[in-house]
Amino acid sequence: MILLWLIIVPLIAGPAAWAFGRGANSLSRWISLLALAVDGVLVLSLWQTAPAPGSSWIAELRLAWIPQLGIGLHLAADGLSLVLVSLTIVLGLASVLCSWKEIGERVGFFHFNLLWILSGILGVFLSLDLFLFYVFWELMLIPMYFLINIWGHENRVAASYKFFLFTQAGGLLMLLSILSLASVHQAETGILTFDYALLKTTSLGPAASLLVMLGFFAAFAVKLPVVPFHTWLPDAHTEAPTAGSVILAGLLLKTGAYGLLRFVIPLFPAASAAFAPAAAALAALGILYGAVVAFGQRDLKRLVAYTSVSHMGFVLLGAFAGSAAAQSGAVMQMVAHGISTGALFIIVGLLQERLHTRDMERMGGFWSLAPRLSALGLVFCLASLGLPGFANFVAEFLVLAGSFPAHTAAVSVSAAGLVLAAVYSLRVVQRVFHGTAAVPMLPDLDARETLVLALLAVAILWLGLQPGLILHPLSPAMDGLSASGVLAGLIK
Amino acid sequence: MSELLALIPALPFAGFLILALAGRRLPRPAVAAIGSGSVGLSALLSMFIAAAFLTSPPSGQAYTQTLGTWISAGGLDFAFSLRLDALSLLMALVITVVGFLIHLYATEYMQDDEGYSRFFSYLNLFIGAMLILVLADNLLLLYLGWEGVGLCSYLLIGFWYRDPANGRAARKAFISTRIGDTAFAVGLFLLVTNLGTLDIPVIASLASQRFPAGSPLAVAVAALLLGGALGKSAQLPLQVWLPDAMAGPTPVSALIHAATMVTAGVYLIARMHALFLLAPVVQHAVAIIGALTLLLAGAAALAQWDLKRVLAYSTISQIGYMFLALGAGAWSAAMFHFLTHAFFKALLFLGAGVIINAQHHEQDMYRMGGLRRELPLTFWTFLIGSASLSALPFVTAGFYSKDLILRDVWASPGGGVWLWLGGLVGAFLTTLYTFRMLFLVFFGERRIVVTKRPGLRMELPLVVLAVLASVGGFLELPGVLGNFRPFDLFLGSVLPTTAVFKESTSTEWLLLGATEVVQAAGIVLAFVVWLRRGPFIEMLSANVLVEKIRYLLSTGWGFDFLYEKLLINPFLWISRVNRNDVIDDLYTGISRVAYGLNSLLSRAQDGRVRWYAAGIGLGAVFLLGRAIFR
Repeated sequence: MILLWLIIVPLIAGPAAWAFGRGANSLSRWISLLALAVDGVLVLSLWQTAPAPGSSWIAELRLAWIPQLGIGLHLAADGLSLVLVSLTIVLGLASVLCSWKEIGERVGFFHFNLLWILSGILGVFLSLDLFLFYVFWELMLIPMYFLINIWGHENRVAASYKFFLFTQAGGLLMLLSILSLASVHQAETGILTFDYALLKTTSLGPAASLLVMLGFFAAFAVKLPVVPFHTWLPDAHTEAPTAGSVILAGLLLKTGAYGLLRFVIPLFPAASAAFAPAAAALAALGILYGAVVAFGQRDLKRLVAYTSVSHMGFVLLGAFAGSAAAQSGAVMQMVAHGISTGALFIIVGLLQERLHTRDMERMGGFWSLAPRLSALGLVFCLASLGLPGFANFVAEFLVLAGSFPAHTAAVSVSAAGLVLAAVYSLRVVQRVFHGTAAVPMLPDLDARETLVLALLAVAILWLGLQPGLILHPLSPAMDGLSASGVLAGLIK
Repeated sequence: MSELLALIPALPFAGFLILALAGRRLPRPAVAAIGSGSVGLSALLSMFIAAAFLTSPPSGQAYTQTLGTWISAGGLDFAFSLRLDALSLLMALVITVVGFLIHLYATEYMQDDEGYSRFFSYLNLFIGAMLILVLADNLLLLYLGWEGVGLCSYLLIGFWYRDPANGRAARKAFISTRIGDTAFAVGLFLLVTNLGTLDIPVIASLASQRFPAGSPLAVAVAALLLGGALGKSAQLPLQVWLPDAMAGPTPVSALIHAATMVTAGVYLIARMHALFLLAPVVQHAVAIIGALTLLLAGAAALAQWDLKRVLAYSTISQIGYMFLALGAGAWSAAMFHFLTHAFFKALLFLGAGVIINAQHHEQDMYRMGGLRRELPLTFWTFLIGSASLSALPFVTAGFYSKDLILRDVWASPGGGVWLWLGGLVGAFLTTLYTFRMLFLVFFGERRIVVTKRPGLRMELPLVVLAVLASVGGFLELPGVLGNFRPFDLFLGSVLPTTAVFKESTSTEWLLLGATEVVQAAGIVLAFVVWLRRGPFIEMLSANVLVEKIRYLLSTGWGFDFLYEKLLINPFLWISRVNRNDVIDDLYTGISRVAYGLNSLLSRAQDGRVRWYAAGIGLGAVFLLGRAIFR
């Protein structure tokens, strides 16, 4: 039942925050914090649970929902879900805290949307019924549209449309694939079901399998995003309010990666193996392209957004490598990127609050004005360039080393991304924190801001030195994934 | 003893943490005490362990300590494990002892700087990372230290962050070395894929079984590791960052860009010598790159006017000697030169710091002169350092290490007469630029008033290093001068011994004589050209061709220009023209087409009745026509 409560708590807290927040803005903030804290306690209890022997599932829940159509309320968590659910709660807390001052209008409705997005994301990470998964997939989309459209910056309306259209187009292709998979399964066995475990046994011909797989891949490739389907991302990230950017980069992109690992590869192992070289090439392209475009930006937020494109390339590469090391690295990259990029977006938000600009030409020399902000900014830039000691390094190393046997050429090309990451990250350090002071004064971080950023810094360093915290609970799921999938064998 | 290993890097790390978190609230003496004290304690501990190591050698000739797992996933396991053998002991001693002396010097040198605690926190972090680099038992942990020292180098080159030029130099250093580091990383992937481990002793034993000598795999691995070494140690073609790195405070140049970090590449090759022995092509390339680098950098040093840049090019050149030795298979000679170089080059940089500080941060040698009487202690110690750098015979450390390299290169099957000749010409260039520097700075007429004289904390390190730069060479005496070889023996448990390179006594005397002749020529030429400056020299230096050559040398052979045109400008161009992301134009195009169709079709419904009537009429005619003429 814990799994269901995890989703329901923010789902209920959302309308509550809206309703009670009408009079007192801070009440809706506290309600949101409380809901996420409850979820935090719930997820902590899951961390204490070991999976049953011979299975990678830590907790599972099956309830009937629409039995006539074979749709069930099937939730389950393995190490992969657990890690991502925990990341969702941590970044959810961070986004509530970083919106404390930034959001002053329609505060109740803002928190309603925030909590519903989080609820949708949690549902996505926990659903094992494909129909249910699709419902949650859509649930996170609409409140995010409002978040950008109402509380965003200058070009928020166009950005929110673009975000909606891209995601919806991918989502519809996935819906087609889900329906065709279920109907093929019904034709084969006579049972209409959307259950993950049952659909996994469906046997499709190679061509059909590839086609249905590509439907799923389209949805996840837009979310991840994979170049050339990425152009919604810089607009959406840049125009969204800080909390929106944190959730977009930290969590929403991860639902795409999660989809690849949970659905595309286990449901279509042979088709995935056939597609793997193309995926690796797209990944290498994304890593380099995102980095080069990031370097050219003047808008700091847009720069950070493009680095996401580059970093997510590593996830794609690792997902299709067919080795447990690379896939663990991909998950590690999701967590590391969620923390480091989330933190960078928070810093951009803080700078924008203080300077009313995101233009790097109008920044510089902040080290002498706001040393605490600058030191933390430096830490996250270093994490972002993959310096050993930070979680990002563990992730990139595992992805590249684990993918090397299967995708030697793609890995060698992607390694150039390590140089480019240094090039754009150090440009940020130079433009923003070093140099002569560009403004007369800049208030340093207050206690709340310091708390959020320092905790994220400790987290990313701690995971960089003790990655076992994530890799260990992850390993049964990742071992199962790389062993059960024919992927590894086919690539070799 | 093994349990104490982790404490060696832990002490400076602790110093870093205290200074980074609380340094701004601490008074300066406390910062100085923590900053230099942590390294001092680490040095004492290293000496204590060294004494134990020498008196009762541990089994397997190494202390090891495993602190726990670092990364473990999908069958790959990497631990926080440390290993101290003769090679890492040597490195650790140099890092902590020379490091402590430089910290002590810096407590006075940086006295008035607003970033006092920030400086010492970075410096402590550097010492910690460098110790991890040399104590790591697996290549991934070594890589952690490797990138860590790169970070500290970046932070310290750009320490005075207000000047964008310093920031540019810092980024140049980090990015140039990261290009090498990326090759290194790909080498690690190759090793993991083929051996399943990065444990250094395991690699050494497995490689010879799995990689046949000279096989493409062995060559690829060695070449990729070499890429990392070239970046870190500023060798051709990645040497361009080191001269600019002089933008950092002078103690940083002494510690990071002379004594320790830049020799990490030498350490890496020595540490992984088993892999290089399996790839003779690459090992030979190491020797050739070393020889070329020492010649090009030695020549470039001749045309610098900035005192610190002379020393920077000199460092590149001296590391070239170490690479030459490594490539020729003279492993212990390379490490011996590392040791003496750490002493005399740190000494020279610290001396340069006194000189620069004494004259309001003036670094132009042509505006100095006659400082011999103004700064006597600095002069004498600088003279000792210069003599050691020029490898003047018998009482300088540099003499013994350089002589060993030249002799081994001559005698080794991996060396030969051409490489030896390169080293010999290099020795001439070294003497020439060293005495040019000495004459310009300390002799001639006085040009600037000395305003600041060094105190005890700056003078003491100079004296200690001067002693070490003189007597440090007696650890290894050549065949003709006593054949006393404890250093080679000491490293013999880790590195292949070089005692096999035997030459007749007469040849050895001949080689020694050749070196002394070119050195004497160098000193005389330097005297004639830069101190006496007769009319002939004046005429020559006004010559257009000489002027052009001097310009080429002063730019370090134009590598910066080349890289700017070939790499940097194309990259900047692409990122500039593609700022708005050309792929987005595709989607904008789709929406434009949709808008276009929309405006086309919406004309059909603009509410004008006559258009509607005309449409109905035309449609009726069309349909009738089809019905009739079908």
